[in-house]
Amino acid sequence: MAKITFITSDNEKVTLEGASGSVMQLAVNNGVSGIDGDCGGVCSCATCHVFVAEKDLEKVGDASEIETDMLELADEANEFSRLCCQIEISEAIDGIELTVAK
Amino acid sequence: MMDKSKLSDPFEKARVEKGYGHMDDQNDPVTILLRHKDVRKTAHNWKTFQSGGEEVGRIVIPSEVKIRDTRQIPFEVDPPLHKEFRSLLDGWFKRPNEPAYQEKLHKQISALVDEVLNKDEVEVVRDFSLKLQSRALTLLLNTPFSESETWISWGTHVFRSEGESLDADKANILYNYIDERIIEAAKNPGEDLYSVLLGSEVNGKKLTHEEVKGIMILTFAGGRDTVINALTNSIAYFSEHPKSLHAIKENPEMINNAVEELIRYFAPLTHMGRVVTEDTQVCEHAIKADTRVSLCWASANRDAAVFENPNEVDFDRKMNPHVSFGFGTHNCLGATHARQIMRTLLGILAEKVASMDIINTDENIEELGEFDRKVGYNAITVKFNKY
Repeated sequence: MAKITFITSDNEKVTLEGASGSVMQLAVNNGVSGIDGDCGGVCSCATCHVFVAEKDLEKVGDASEIETDMLELADEANEFSRLCCQIEISEAIDGIELTVAK
Repeated sequence: MMDKSKLSDPFEKARVEKGYGHMDDQNDPVTILLRHKDVRKTAHNWKTFQSGGEEVGRIVIPSEVKIRDTRQIPFEVDPPLHKEFRSLLDGWFKRPNEPAYQEKLHKQISALVDEVLNKDEVEVVRDFSLKLQSRALTLLLNTPFSESETWISWGTHVFRSEGESLDADKANILYNYIDERIIEAAKNPGEDLYSVLLGSEVNGKKLTHEEVKGIMILTFAGGRDTVINALTNSIAYFSEHPKSLHAIKENPEMINNAVEELIRYFAPLTHMGRVVTEDTQVCEHAIKADTRVSLCWASANRDAAVFENPNEVDFDRKMNPHVSFGFGTHNCLGATHARQIMRTLLGILAEKVASMDIINTDENIEELGEFDRKVGYNAITVKFNKY
């Protein structure tokens, strides 16, 4: 199990627990505001854009080239940006904090 | 032969060698951008490649400058005003994510599939896809189901141009209908989209009749041929690939990725234009101010720089950054509705239909200057077989 905290645009903190699947799916299933996941996780829509807390960058790992190319053209993207459909839930990411971009 | 459902890629050579192509359109030529990277970058750069210029209808190809005065909203509006309209509309157009909406959609599609399973042969464009699209639109607009009968009676060609010449009379059927519905909603407000829009404000001002009309024209026109193409191409595809349908029956969790992959492969809207606001260049090709470019979604979706085996339909594709719903600021407002229709259809087909046989086809080939692209069918007759 991994605990994942989302900070939404209205500054609300939501901590959710998941065992598998993508972080986007966990957020969508629990109605986290600002995570739409329109394309269902195939990296085509950028509606699951989050900023990873600096302390957690290493835990989360790097984005693939396809994701990086997508992020380059996403609104307000920066060096902390990820599409959370591309972050798999595992114990390795327990305790991470993600700020929702939208 | 397993090729009746095939959609080939006429852009490959030009995409690899030059990155662009040309077509004329009513003496307002278009540079067609073909590479995935260029298409996305250009779509992203709404300042240099604008949608909201003076001339209404110019970003549509074939151009609608001569047949339409009403600005489609938010389609032909750029930021910052674009964002105000989009924020107003986004919530309404995400309703297809709600369980109650999905349940109604499921009932509609299920009933239609039962209907075609009980017929000998079905002309899919007219008697399946048009009906499905029109009925589902009543959910998106929150209007009575019976309205769909009027829309079905218009036939598939109501907004479609026949070659170069655009048919203003046909377009006026839709525009007059929308005028009447807006006037009716103003008199007797209900809970439909017309009424909701008439009661809404943007930047502190109530929407005008003309603005509501612009949103409604977009909603009708943008989701008609596109959805019909996606549905009809899906029927053709599964007719020739029954194993894929059986795989979905066994593993319904495949549906999401299958839909994204079919939508990539089909690219139901081939391309969309932009008006260039300054002298610029794309892939080292000079482009002059006040000319037009188009973003060729269909070509970008087959770019081997991004997609492995781009001409294969592969439901196991994990990463699928297709641009069938456009990209960036002006991405498709109806995408949530379209995706929900496709996901629902695939589930129901897999559950109820054992196989389908294509009897005959009349392909719809678009002529885009140096390119001819099959986008779907004018007609396709299919026999649906039950379990």
